[in-house]
Amino acid sequence: MSVVELENVSRWYGNVVAVNDISMVLQPGVTGLLGPNGAGKTTVLHMMAGFLAPSKGSVTIDNSPTWRNPGIYRSLGLVAEREAVHGFLTAKEFVLACAKMQKLPDPAAATKRALELVEMTDAQDRRIETFSKGMRQRTRVAAALVHEPQVLLLDEPFNGMDPRQRMHMMELLHKLGDQGHTILFSSHILEEVEQLSGLVQVIVAGRLAASGDYRRIRRLMTNRPHVFAVQSSDDRRLAVALIGEKSVSGIEVEANGLTVRASDYGSFTRALPRIALGEGIRLRKLLPSDESLESVFSYLLEA
Amino acid sequence: MSTVAYITMRGLLGRRRVLLLLPLPLLLVGLALICRAYDVNPEQWGQAVVLGLGLAVVLPVISLIVGTGVLGSEVDDGTIVHILTKPLPRRDIILAKLLVASGVSAVTSAVPLFFAGLLADSVRFGLALVVGAVVGAIAYSALFLLLSLVTRRPVLLGLAYILVWEGLLGRFVSGTRVLSIEQYVISITDKIAPTGMLDGKVSLPVAIVMSLIFALGGTIYAINRLGSFSVAGETS
Repeated sequence: MSVVELENVSRWYGNVVAVNDISMVLQPGVTGLLGPNGAGKTTVLHMMAGFLAPSKGSVTIDNSPTWRNPGIYRSLGLVAEREAVHGFLTAKEFVLACAKMQKLPDPAAATKRALELVEMTDAQDRRIETFSKGMRQRTRVAAALVHEPQVLLLDEPFNGMDPRQRMHMMELLHKLGDQGHTILFSSHILEEVEQLSGLVQVIVAGRLAASGDYRRIRRLMTNRPHVFAVQSSDDRRLAVALIGEKSVSGIEVEANGLTVRASDYGSFTRALPRIALGEGIRLRKLLPSDESLESVFSYLLEA
Repeated sequence: MSTVAYITMRGLLGRRRVLLLLPLPLLLVGLALICRAYDVNPEQWGQAVVLGLGLAVVLPVISLIVGTGVLGSEVDDGTIVHILTKPLPRRDIILAKLLVASGVSAVTSAVPLFFAGLLADSVRFGLALVVGAVVGAIAYSALFLLLSLVTRRPVLLGLAYILVWEGLLGRFVSGTRVLSIEQYVISITDKIAPTGMLDGKVSLPVAIVMSLIFALGGTIYAINRLGSFSVAGETS
């Protein structure tokens, strides 16, 4: 079990501040690193991977600094955003070379296992330069996983993968997370992050805007009304009853139910069953409809 | 052979860049052969071919192509990340790269120089050129390897060193010769096999010490630079 820790980390280039006083702790499991383009995600990942010195603060993996410390690569795997691979090698040669450079006791077996993990066994003897984008990506993931690192950092790992490969990669990352690996992946596709991980670190304009389970983050945003989709045996009568409730700030009656805006998540969810029971109305559906990562993310960006 | 050296070797010899290494040595041997075939007096062509082409062009240009190719191309295309994300001491990476660069440059330039020396004078002169070429290949490789880490335009800077510093200033400004690898190679070769063709402008001790300084200094500085290698984010 490895822990990645950033403590008051800033990174600037001349007058431009790319990362501003970020502190975060990554525990075992899968965490998504989110942020709009130019927010500083790659800079954070590069500092974690030991490819950039923090201008201020410290970046450590299990209390060892990542900068100027090649020893950390025994427990760290990196899939960088840039796709460059030694194209003149075959997938097998490339992964085997990585296993040898990791000084593994049985590089051949580790190579076989890693290639099987990303389903590249069939194409392992082809030169990488003949591969599609997705195949290159999987080969790079195999190379990053060949030494079974405790920490895996992936920068936009799903780029170029087809839907089936994406699903397979998601399953793989899930499995590794469940096994106790610490995995951080950046993505600008919210759906991917939503499917893969509840835990997010959101970076906006170089600052850490939010950290933790995105559903919990949403509930903490008390200044934004929570939106619920409600269906019942009598939607109109329920709407009339609900409008008298203090925590309800607005209701829209639609063909397939009600959209209710509540200023207080807790009070509303407690009041709704009481009101429905009092009116003799049967509730058929209650869904928080803006707890998706997308709405949380857009709220954070607007804030 | 270490894995880093293996990948470097494959990268170097597996690309089209390797074809760039062939014309100059062939030209050198070809010219010497033609001169010999037509019985031209070596005093007339020896200096021009061995010094003017061999030591002033073939050795440094081949070392430049190879020296910047072993690391600079990986830095350029980003594949260096795959080597750097391994728990290898940076010293081992630089030494492996330097070994490949020096070895390939030395072989590619020493062989034609040997034949040119043999055709122009004697076996002894050919062997002296081999020694000079090996020393020169090591010093040039260390310098050009370092250039790939300190600048984004190592080839341009390397060419400026060869053409402007060694080729132009070296002829007219005597002080610049102390920092000219070509001059060390000339002095060492001339000391081993004195002929009228080469005229060492720096003393042997200076040539040896300065070659060592170039080789060791370049290597140590390159190791240090690689230790602090930063990757800038493309979309950070």
